Amino acid sequence: MIPNNFQYHRAASVDDALTLMAKHGMDAKLLAGGHSLLPAMKLRLNQPDVLIDIGHLKELRYIKKEGNELVIGAGATHDDIAHSQMARETFSMLSEAADLIGDVQVRNKGTLGGSLAHADPAADWPAVMIAAHANIEVKGPQGTRTVAADDFFTGFFSTALADNEIITAIRIPEPPKGTNSSYQKFMQPASRFAIVGCAASITMNGRLCSKVSVAFTGLSDAAFRASNIEAALFEKMPTEENITAAVQKAGEGVMAMSDHFASEEYRLHLARVFAKRALMAAAK
Amino acid sequence: MATKIKVKVNGKTYSHEVEPRTLLVQYLRDVLGLTGTHVGCDTSNCGACTILVDGKAVKSCTMLAVQAHGSEVKTIEGMADNGALHPLQEGFREEHGLQCGFCTPGMIMASADLLSRNSNPSEQEIREALEGNFCRCTGYHNIVKSVQHAAKKINQKEKVAS
Amino acid sequence: MTNYIGKAVKRVEDKRFITGKGRYTDDIVLPAMAHAYIVRSPYAHARIISVDTSAAEAMEGVIKVFTGKDIAASGINGIPTGWQVNFKNGETMKEPPHPLLVADKARYMGDAVAVVIAETKEIARDAGDIVEVEYEELPAVADAKKATEPGAPLVHDDAPNNLCFDWELGNPKAEVNEAMSKAHHITTLEFTNQRVIPNAIEPRSAIGHYEEANDKYTLYTTSQNPHLTRLLMCAFVLGIPEHKVRVVAPDVGGGFGSKIFHYAEEALMIWCSQRLKRPVKWTADRSEAFMTDAHGRDHVTKAEMGFDKEGKIVGLRVKTYANLGAYLSTFAPCVPTWLHGTLLQGLYTTPKINVDVTGVFTHTVMVDAYRGAGRPEATYLLERLIDTAALEMKMDPAQLRLKNFIPPFDGVKQPGYQTQVALQYDSGNYHGVLNRAMEMVGYEQFRKEQEAARKEGKLLGIGFSTYIEACGIAPSAVVGALGARAGLYEVGQVRVQPTGKVSVYTGAHSHGQGHETTFAQVVADRLGIPMDDVEIIHGDSESVAFGMGTYGSRSLAVGGSAIVKSLDKIIEKGAKIAAHKLEASEEDLEFAEGKWTVKGTDKSVGFGDVALTAYVPHNYPAGLEPGLDFSSFYDPANFTYPFGAHIAVVEVDKDTGKVALKRFIAVDDVGNVINPMIVDGQIHGGLAQGIGQALFEGALYDDNGQLINGSYMDYTMPRADDLPSFELDRQVTPCPHNPLGVKGAGEAGTIGSTPAVVNAVMDALSPFGIKNLEMPLTPERVWRAMNS
Repeated sequence: MIPNNFQYHRAASVDDALTLMAKHGMDAKLLAGGHSLLPAMKLRLNQPDVLIDIGHLKELRYIKKEGNELVIGAGATHDDIAHSQMARETFSMLSEAADLIGDVQVRNKGTLGGSLAHADPAADWPAVMIAAHANIEVKGPQGTRTVAADDFFTGFFSTALADNEIITAIRIPEPPKGTNSSYQKFMQPASRFAIVGCAASITMNGRLCSKVSVAFTGLSDAAFRASNIEAALFEKMPTEENITAAVQKAGEGVMAMSDHFASEEYRLHLARVFAKRALMAAAK
Repeated sequence: MATKIKVKVNGKTYSHEVEPRTLLVQYLRDVLGLTGTHVGCDTSNCGACTILVDGKAVKSCTMLAVQAHGSEVKTIEGMADNGALHPLQEGFREEHGLQCGFCTPGMIMASADLLSRNSNPSEQEIREALEGNFCRCTGYHNIVKSVQHAAKKINQKEKVAS
Repeated sequence: MTNYIGKAVKRVEDKRFITGKGRYTDDIVLPAMAHAYIVRSPYAHARIISVDTSAAEAMEGVIKVFTGKDIAASGINGIPTGWQVNFKNGETMKEPPHPLLVADKARYMGDAVAVVIAETKEIARDAGDIVEVEYEELPAVADAKKATEPGAPLVHDDAPNNLCFDWELGNPKAEVNEAMSKAHHITTLEFTNQRVIPNAIEPRSAIGHYEEANDKYTLYTTSQNPHLTRLLMCAFVLGIPEHKVRVVAPDVGGGFGSKIFHYAEEALMIWCSQRLKRPVKWTADRSEAFMTDAHGRDHVTKAEMGFDKEGKIVGLRVKTYANLGAYLSTFAPCVPTWLHGTLLQGLYTTPKINVDVTGVFTHTVMVDAYRGAGRPEATYLLERLIDTAALEMKMDPAQLRLKNFIPPFDGVKQPGYQTQVALQYDSGNYHGVLNRAMEMVGYEQFRKEQEAARKEGKLLGIGFSTYIEACGIAPSAVVGALGARAGLYEVGQVRVQPTGKVSVYTGAHSHGQGHETTFAQVVADRLGIPMDDVEIIHGDSESVAFGMGTYGSRSLAVGGSAIVKSLDKIIEKGAKIAAHKLEASEEDLEFAEGKWTVKGTDKSVGFGDVALTAYVPHNYPAGLEPGLDFSSFYDPANFTYPFGAHIAVVEVDKDTGKVALKRFIAVDDVGNVINPMIVDGQIHGGLAQGIGQALFEGALYDDNGQLINGSYMDYTMPRADDLPSFELDRQVTPCPHNPLGVKGAGEAGTIGSTPAVVNAVMDALSPFGIKNLEMPLTPERVWRAMNS
């Protein structure tokens, strides 16, 4: 319950945070909403020497439209996103996922940027970001760069983020007209993280799918795009029959995780079930 | 090591030097003596420590006191208005929404967040809004009724006022 | 104003809880209080090679570190058990020592090795990390049945095969075997009634406070049972004089059994405080609570029930291995034996019953009473057998029950029912509760809907459970003969103050049950005074003469009856004073509405007037002692036997195996009801815990004895959105042998609900030919069964 002692710095700005990070290097951790880091620190699973607090930075907390992109500040809370009309109109899976994270209290504090940086293999956002073709904007000593969500999640709790970088924003390209999306999740009943979560988006051109985007979380060590399912539905009608056939490919070639809530076999089964549910909902 | 913080708690402003690792719940309990906020777990699940920070329900065990610097905090001790119970407090008593009382402050604070967003929640909405609060005594049955009772009371009051 | 009994009076204790003014143990801060952190074994079984405390003791702010060697050197004893169950051959049960801190070996994950005392809890925690303990890990065994097999690692060297006791009850095995051999059909089930973790939301906490100047000790503790804790700690562990020790159990945040027992940390805090001459507080983290609170259930059972052609039960044969954990907790030996075997008659006329129980040590935390304690295990076994038998014999499960129920008896005109397993039921009407529950659920209609749903591919199921429980276990002489090392009476003192206000001291302890309200209703009603004039005091050994605490749904039946006894004495003495004042004879008076009236006249004297006279005895009956203050010990004549019928309706998601509980109907008969609101609340909470065991909960130890789901991230607690609102009704069959006619309501919900839910899931899965699945019925388990 009691974390180790550490130095605390309240960053005045993102740039200030970057300076502090440069100064403290590997000893420092960023603190945003704190809902991934503090639980680990209370159990002393994580014992940083320095915390750099960016949780209060207003420059990171916004949801806005910029050109043909929805831009969500890294400091936007899950609750901000759940209640953002702009987010809902861009991709309904954004608000659906936000609403399924943790509980009300967690959503009030936890941030999108924090969740992405933490990259818990059972977190909801990574799958949604991949399915939305989001670009993750990160700032470091050399300036700003963007990383496609597809390339961001590199493994078990690991990302393409360098130790001296901060996620500043998530840029989501406006989907073409005729796009519908859904996030469907089978919850681990105790923690309420995802045993399997599937984010799916379908763009229709006439009666056919002109674009299909499917991503999973919870299934393996990191969220990933299911290109095989996407290909199977491309330029097909999103009928139950076609979707059922396509989701048979869920998890093909993936090393599925296993724990006392769900074995590998069951997880793979759930991947098919929830991919189907997400695609059926997106096809409506 | 210690960091200076200024926090408004239940309408009163406090300034203290705290160790950065001090959790907000420990600050409330150990420094301010506001022991109505309880600690029921160490994994941010049980919700016994729920309070309002700037009007929204948070788990005060998952927030450092230093993070609350400049914020407005409301705890169970600040819910009654000049001795008049908050409708949620009344609701929990009227509908027997508590037994041992340990989860109750957190339940009431989480319910306050709900009612601030949704003045007339359905049973399902109440149950979902309280998913982050464990109760081992009531089976949640009367907690749902307590929140409904409070919602009704608040709506009646507002009707009279308008 | 004097008609409180039977009314849903709002709770008087609520005000402090809803305003944040409850006072729980961890809320208490004493001057110069130090803080303890306990270093615990990460291994289930390990030899302790060395403990190096030097670095920790050198840390600024650390006051002292004590180890198992310090405890051993001080010559104190370990934690005792309060119940003795011997081997069938008469050999004494194995009762290995349970030291406050272990010196030689850790025997479960979480066994206490050292305690760090520091100026702050932060420093204590930091120093705990640098107490260097060298362990040699040893093989462990966590499963009760495996622990008895040859070659299993031994928990205690002097308990061969890890056996603590073996025990048998009922008809001789030969007779039962004979009855079973003639059965038309035998239903057999083998299952584990899994280990569950009580999880009171308030973690355990204890403050030891030794005051050298007065040579007095005070223990503040999260206890359901402060007097027994004091007795065990003083007389058996620390050897300190009981009259110098005060134990206070202030507001306690739920217990469910887990806070009945005397725990090592309580004695340890007193011991540390005595050495350091400072108050010392310890409060468990939840992770620590998961590892060290006594768990519940954990039976490995084979049960067989025989039926004749018509479906009448002819015999029951049960073999159970009961996991007791690494050491014996306070009531551990009693739970799988006298609280389990004795309930195997259930509501049925089963003519031959034999139950055989082996109590086993394992490298796991202690197992003891958890809400229901033994009775849920018995009920689960019986009710699963009945539903399975109905399925196998193609009979209706409700009709099969009705056919086998003991006929109604009130215990007054008709005698109590003598079971094959040592009990005599007090009163019952079992048909009544089941018929009412079936009416509430709309049974016939449901079967039609189920049929229609099945055609659409939906899996609906209905499950029954009809239970009986034994509460308020007593009388003392009987429980003594069964192995109890304590009496099971209760104490109730009624002190009428000179102004007619009443202070009531009870040995029962409220940690959510609402005694401050219910008991006050009884007192106010009997004395004819307003409830506001009554205060209920509990939980402090200094003010309450003695007590046996609250568990086993005993408080009102036993504790309430003790208060009634004292009230009777108050009224009797009051009558003498009233008679003197009214210049009438006692026989001519009647007491009602708070006054004594001369029968047939309007001459009367009020309760307050009599009270004042008792304390200002100027005009007073000759020879009568002043004062109006009586204490009584009530030792019941028998247990009480609440019963009921529960019905669960579930839907199983074919795709995922996830079970949704759609409806839950509970019709309970807990005898007379003082406060229906509180009784319903008790049932609600009990249901949630029973449903939790059926669908969600279960402690998981791996083969190395590691608790692998020891946090709320991994152990599934029922949440608000996992449960429906419950549908309750009540039947009243008064208890014939206590003055209030009450039976107890604390455990009914838990006992009845678990098998109802499991039966409902099995009913939903019956098209798949599935008959039995282990609890909890997790989605994967159900999915696998449907797809195998």
